[in-house]
Amino acid sequence: MTLRDVVITGVGAVTPLGVGARTLHERWTAGNSGIQGGEAPCADFDPTEHMSAKQARRADRSTQLAIAAGNEALSDAGWADGLPYEPELIGCVLGTGIGGISTLETNHDQLRDTGPGSVSPLAVPLMMSNAGSAALSLQHGLRGPVFSVVSACAAGTHAIGTALRMIQHGEAEAVVTGAAEAPLTPLSRACFEKMGAISPTGVSRPFDARRDGFVMGEGSGVLVLEAGDAARARGARILGTVRGYGASGDAHHITAPHAEGRGGARAMQVALRDAGVDPDEVDYINAHGTSTQLNDRAETRALKTVFNGRAGVIPVSSTKSAIGHLLGAAGAVEAVATTLALRDRIAPPTIGWEEAEEGLDLDYVAGSSRPLEMSNGRPPVALSNSFGFGGHNASLCLEAA
Amino acid sequence: MATTTTPQDIEATVIENLVSFGADADAVTREATLDSIDVDSLDLVELTQVVEETYGIDLDEADFKKIKTVGDVVDLVVTRVQG
Repeated sequence: MTLRDVVITGVGAVTPLGVGARTLHERWTAGNSGIQGGEAPCADFDPTEHMSAKQARRADRSTQLAIAAGNEALSDAGWADGLPYEPELIGCVLGTGIGGISTLETNHDQLRDTGPGSVSPLAVPLMMSNAGSAALSLQHGLRGPVFSVVSACAAGTHAIGTALRMIQHGEAEAVVTGAAEAPLTPLSRACFEKMGAISPTGVSRPFDARRDGFVMGEGSGVLVLEAGDAARARGARILGTVRGYGASGDAHHITAPHAEGRGGARAMQVALRDAGVDPDEVDYINAHGTSTQLNDRAETRALKTVFNGRAGVIPVSSTKSAIGHLLGAAGAVEAVATTLALRDRIAPPTIGWEEAEEGLDLDYVAGSSRPLEMSNGRPPVALSNSFGFGGHNASLCLEAA
Repeated sequence: MATTTTPQDIEATVIENLVSFGADADAVTREATLDSIDVDSLDLVELTQVVEETYGIDLDEADFKKIKTVGDVVDLVVTRVQG
């Protein structure tokens, strides 16, 4: 069975670098950071600029971010004036790590302070982890398969991989996919701090010897994926191709990655095999690169396993150096950033990387952006990695148009 | 509090809340049906919470069976507050 190729025709993002996928790409590429005071909020985001008052009231902040990124992605794909396919053939798969946690916290406060009668009738639809895909489906009339996936910090990448499969197998002509997260709440902050995951110095410097944890951020990334033949037939502008996807489970520890990055390496190998891409043909790696001691060491080892001696010459950078860790949304935002980086043939920097550590000796794109160097004029190819608590690993193989 | 509450106060409270839920302010009149201003059962539960808290009354689901318009909601609350 020949699988259909799957292309990216639209991207949208709301991130700590601002509203818009191009804003993310241009500001990260220029070396700007969206981190302030040890966190990475979407400070410029005003939900009322992107949706009606009713829609905003019926959406947790995580869903509001998804709605705004989704509107941008559909418009970018040229869908603003109507869907190009039968609604039944357009799916929506979004990821999230913890869904509507601010809604949960607010309603728990109400329950404790004034009793069960005072909780909101909107609490369930706001806090449910599938609220994001439901909201985009409702707003745009998407009637194909619609659901959300939950796999901690790998959710966005799993969502896009799932969307790829749906189109490859003819379940949908197009899928609106990505992820959203809004975890900057007192409970979530305290919980991640208590487990020692958050940087006490408030600095995100992936792969640097001084790294001491991640900086938590919020945001959303959404991509419109279409069957390549259908997109070409309608004359769509094509930004890139999702060449392959691989996923694996560590079965090692509830939070720590396997020290050798065994599961992460396997996810990358499966993605490359799925893409029919040789490791020698990979031009750029968008790393998970969280700025935690364990991830960055294990991921570096995994990259050495996958790319052998070539690991040291492939540019590897982490979007989290610019926007912190968006948890479940990270993989989706990073897929958006990688798509635009490949389009412009550029490797954005790992901002703040200065000090090498023994064993962490890859090319982390220190300092500033750099042009991607391809040997034979073919479109550049990248891997985008995501690894989640629970030992969930996922990797996407993306190619420029 | 209920002794000093007028039907006009109640109407104003109901309308103000329906508008805060996202209904179009110009469309929220006594005659407007709830369907026409996109007020659904979830909105009615929220409105119930507000008027119960504000006027110290108790409403239940059965009270809303015959409600069609904004005026019906106002009249229901007025009846309970004055009753």
